[in-house]
Amino acid sequence: MSLLSVKNLHAKIAGQQVVEDVSFEVPESGVTAVLGRNGVGKSSTLKALLGLIERSGEVSFDGKPIQNLPTHKIIRLGIGYVPEDREIFAGLTVAENLRLAERDSKPNREMVEELFPDIYSRLSQRAGTLSGGQQQMVSLARALLNTNRLLIVDEPTKGLAPKIVTQVSEVLKKAAETVPILLVEQNLKVVKQLAGPCIVLEGGQVVHTGDSNELLDSEELTMKFLGVHGGGKETGVS
Amino acid sequence: METLILLLVTGLGLGALYFLIASGLSLIYGLMGVLNFAHGSFLTFGGFAGMEIARRIGAETWPQFILAIIVGGAAGALFASLTELLLIRPLYLRHIEQALITVGLSLASVALMEGIWGADPIYVSGPAILSEVTEIAGARIPNDRFLLIFGAVAILVGMLAFLRYTRFGLIIRAGVENRSMVTALGIDVRTAFTLVFAIGGLAAGIGGVLASQYFGYVSPHIGGTLLIFAFIVTIIGGLGSLVGAAIAAAIVGVLQQLANFYLGGTGDLIVVILLAAVLLLRPTGLLGKRAH
Ligand SMILES: Nc1ncnc2c1ncn2[C@@H]1O[C@H](COP(=O)(O)OP(=O)(O)OP(=O)(O)O)[C@@H](O)[C@H]1O
Ligand SMILES: [Mg+2]
Repeated sequence: MSLLSVKNLHAKIAGQQVVEDVSFEVPESGVTAVLGRNGVGKSSTLKALLGLIERSGEVSFDGKPIQNLPTHKIIRLGIGYVPEDREIFAGLTVAENLRLAERDSKPNREMVEELFPDIYSRLSQRAGTLSGGQQQMVSLARALLNTNRLLIVDEPTKGLAPKIVTQVSEVLKKAAETVPILLVEQNLKVVKQLAGPCIVLEGGQVVHTGDSNELLDSEELTMKFLGVHGGGKETGVS
Repeated sequence: METLILLLVTGLGLGALYFLIASGLSLIYGLMGVLNFAHGSFLTFGGFAGMEIARRIGAETWPQFILAIIVGGAAGALFASLTELLLIRPLYLRHIEQALITVGLSLASVALMEGIWGADPIYVSGPAILSEVTEIAGARIPNDRFLLIFGAVAILVGMLAFLRYTRFGLIIRAGVENRSMVTALGIDVRTAFTLVFAIGGLAAGIGGVLASQYFGYVSPHIGGTLLIFAFIVTIIGGLGSLVGAAIAAAIVGVLQQLANFYLGGTGDLIVVILLAAVLLLRPTGLLGKRAH
């Protein structure tokens, strides 16, 4: 049985249909990738299933329908969300950002500190003054502080230098050992390294589901769905 | 010189009243995007509640007067919390309807208070020392002005401490910046909504008791008159910024007094010109964040 099941999901932003009849399943383990060109509705799909935008359709988490729950209740079922563009609180300190995110009575502080020593040396710095990479670390740390049953991560490597991309990828790989991840990612190397199943969106609809590696290894399919030459030739992130 | 000092202190006193309304307006707008036109009624209701205490047990001694202030603040907080729970919450995110319902509440509550207490001013007094004067460099300044300023500063410090040192304060500060991300961390931001209404109502209710000392009476219309200038203060200070509201309240109160005296009663006009200038030159206000 799958952990998250999405059936006929529709969503609108400002009156415009951005998610149209999307259905897919996220299994109990591993990384499930959501792929597609810019503006096809990947982020909107994640926001819709979390109730962050107006939506209709059926979403169930661990067999329980969640399509009518408010966002904070969905999150409290054990979902960690790392949004596109970090969305850290720029006016709060790093420590305050982290403290706000702790939902469990016993947050995983040691584990997170070990993963991101850099941000723990800047606890009293205002988060808005951190570099992009450090902000992404805060955003990931916020999710990983809690014990989640599912991580939803939206383009965690966007705009980051190669070295940080590798670091983020490693963090996700490690996290994926214990928690399933629904990942939107444009960096195909990262997808290749992490992902199992994939869902490809176009114009707010699912146009392909299958295995990430199969998709990326096929010149024809990557060209067709992602508009780039196959990611198959470059394997893994070093 | 004496006149100038008197005008400055009186302006600051008036600014203090504006701040006691504007602080709540600013927090509520900053967090929830709601323009609360009923906020003046919270002040008025607090003023009447304080008056009822004074009428029943007196307000001549400080303990009695402080009790009147506490009851006025509690009345404002209660009125405000009920407003949020019963009228604002069911219209979640429908900002136009929310603003309209507060306009309706403002009109209805003024009418209701007229029904209960009558439309005419009810004169109130407090501890005798408040109607005496203190001489500063030759200027004879009514003591109630100092009480107003002290009250506003105490509320400002209290609110800042609350925002800075409590978890609810943290949620409110984060919510002013990015409300949907707060919910995406699993936090029920609606609790914070009720709370900012309650805090805003508390400040306004205390403002009601203090305003009735300043004016010497309480009437169903005192809140509405102050509300207009409090809105201006909120915009000049920057929506969502308490410190901005405090600075703007002082500027507006003092400018109004000075213009009224030296420029032939043009205080209100000058304030509107200041508002226009701020909107043109610095649309986010003195310390405001992006409007949303
Ligand atoms: N706040 C908004 N107002 C209006 N339109 C929006 C808004 N947010 C998204 N859209 C539109 O919805 C569509 C889907 O956007 P979405 O962000 O989900 O795409 P995406 O697949 O995540 O793209 P990217 O890869 O660039 O992040 C786009 O056409 C976008 O222009
Ligand atoms: Mg996106």
